[in-house]
Amino acid sequence: MNINSNNFQPNGPRPKHLTIGRIGIYCFIFMCALFFLMPLYVMIVTSLKDMDEIRSGNLLYIPKVLSFYAWPKAWSEACTGFVCEGLKPGLINSIKITVPSVIVSVSLGAINGYALAFWRFKGAYFFFGLCLFGAFIPYQVMVYPLLKIESAIGIYSSLPGIILVHTIFGMPILTLIFRNFYASLPIDLFKAARIDGGNFIKIFFYVIIPMSTPITIVAVILQVTGIWNDFLLGLVFAGRDNQPMTVQLNNIVQVDYGVAEYNVDMAATILTSLVPLFVYFISGRWFVRGIAAGAIKG
Amino acid sequence: MVCAWNSSWGNKGVSMKNSVEVKNISFSYGKTEILNDLSLDIKEGEFMVLLGPSGCGKTTLLNCIAGLLDLTEGQIWIEDDNVTWKEPKDRHIGMVFQSYALYPSMTVEKNLSFGLRMMGTAKKIIDDKIEKAANLLQINELLKRKPSQLSGGQRQRVAIGRALVRDAKVFLFDEPLSNLDAKLRAELRYEIKKLHRDLSNTMIYVTHDQIEAMTLADRISVMKDGLIQQLDTPKQIYNKPANLFVAGFIGSPSMNFLNAKFDKSNQNIIVGTKQIDISKYENINNMINDQKVVFGIRPENINIEKNENSIQCKVELVEPMGADTLVWTSIEGTPISIRLEGSSNYNLNDEINISFDINRSSIFDSKSEERI
Repeated sequence: MNINSNNFQPNGPRPKHLTIGRIGIYCFIFMCALFFLMPLYVMIVTSLKDMDEIRSGNLLYIPKVLSFYAWPKAWSEACTGFVCEGLKPGLINSIKITVPSVIVSVSLGAINGYALAFWRFKGAYFFFGLCLFGAFIPYQVMVYPLLKIESAIGIYSSLPGIILVHTIFGMPILTLIFRNFYASLPIDLFKAARIDGGNFIKIFFYVIIPMSTPITIVAVILQVTGIWNDFLLGLVFAGRDNQPMTVQLNNIVQVDYGVAEYNVDMAATILTSLVPLFVYFISGRWFVRGIAAGAIKG
Repeated sequence: MVCAWNSSWGNKGVSMKNSVEVKNISFSYGKTEILNDLSLDIKEGEFMVLLGPSGCGKTTLLNCIAGLLDLTEGQIWIEDDNVTWKEPKDRHIGMVFQSYALYPSMTVEKNLSFGLRMMGTAKKIIDDKIEKAANLLQINELLKRKPSQLSGGQRQRVAIGRALVRDAKVFLFDEPLSNLDAKLRAELRYEIKKLHRDLSNTMIYVTHDQIEAMTLADRISVMKDGLIQQLDTPKQIYNKPANLFVAGFIGSPSMNFLNAKFDKSNQNIIVGTKQIDISKYENINNMINDQKVVFGIRPENINIEKNENSIQCKVELVEPMGADTLVWTSIEGTPISIRLEGSSNYNLNDEINISFDINRSSIFDSKSEERI
């Protein structure tokens, strides 16, 4: 038998990677992307047109003359009710609401999840079931009772008032995802830490938190986007001085008098949604990794 | 009896003082009872192995001793101190887990020092202790690494080091070698035994591996369904198993069993049409005529030789294992394994005559399954 290295060749031609089916899939994905990008495209081109061009119809055309005046107007001059300061104060308010709300709710959610996963107290499963239930109650149901409670304790219509509301509504889902993440960690780690002399607080800070990065990022993304995009709670609980960007945006768009300036509306809307968009862009990789780490499943 | 124990322990510092006392403890998960009224005394410096199949409650017992599970009833005493309701950290124990349980975000050094740091020990003392433990376990090179950069064997060394550094009076091992491959397992088993020889701490070791139990233990406690079946030295447990379960669980290849009936007048037992003379059995006087029994004999206590008591049978299978050769045959349809020297040479369908070493056999009552 002739053993020659030339004989060790695969049989037939190498299989092609680009098949008809694959081209079909790419086409479908491309169409989907177009479909979902269409509104964004319309918003951007409309914000760059002047009102004459908008009135002439032709929603999908690119602007004949680029005009940028809608953007500074949306930012600092557009009228939100009686004052005409644009979205600028709303941005500051949104930051003042979002940052403390996210920090408080994520911290509490982590502690709750940790307690539920490791320090199994009597009725822990019942409590966990309640959390699960709480995550699915539409929050509109609870707006009025909460309003009564907050005005009774004197924090209604204030910054602490709205932060408390966001913390309460974030609690079920945050507790849930933290508990599920911690339940997937080996229980032996926790046992070893107890033998090594950790108590409830020490184990949490020294052992659990250093392992919580992926799930914390997921929780922060959920909360930042959720709280930033919230309209109803901000409108009801924040009070006149602390109205978040979304409420200001609504006031700009829903004008009862004068002319509806669509280009300003579009610019204002894009400005409002920049923060959550930015959060998704920089953290998408972490978000997927966090979910894969056992976060939202189960 | 006491003398026999001492000689088989063979290490220094085994006193008659109890280090750990488990007094009538019960434990249940909800309605499922895992341990019921279990008592166990472990002597100072003793290496006690809790051995049993999975689900027998051995790990639960260890967790109860460690204080990681709250008892339903009973007491745990460690070093003359009632620790039943004390936190794990106040029990002077160190524990090694099957999954290593190293803190993934800390370096080996931080892992070792975690317990001491939690107690607020001075930096200098911590460094000294870490150096001592690292030297003993040969992990000096690894101190700056993270657990993810270590192999399984190295991780388990670090986990043992973590218990060493804490100056634990009692070491608890929860199947520490089960995640390692066979070669490493043998290596670390040797090191754990050496560690016990050098430190003479009390050690409680949970395993389902009978080789580990036999090689390491001063005494083995064989468990099943939350009950201690037999508590004795490895030698006694191997040679004089207290009941059918222990006899079948200990030893590999396992003990051969034959269902039989005792014939008092002829001093033999009847297996189907065959008769086996058991007049040399130590407790033959405790047996009554026509008693149904199970005759147990280990593969190495069967000889191939022809005499007046031998039984003729055929070789059905041969398993060469290097040092030994296992020959399979059958008596009245029951498979029987015979352990022979590696050099012995038998082929399929060879006619052989086998005889039993009755002194080393075990006979059980088939109803109570207790040794006679």
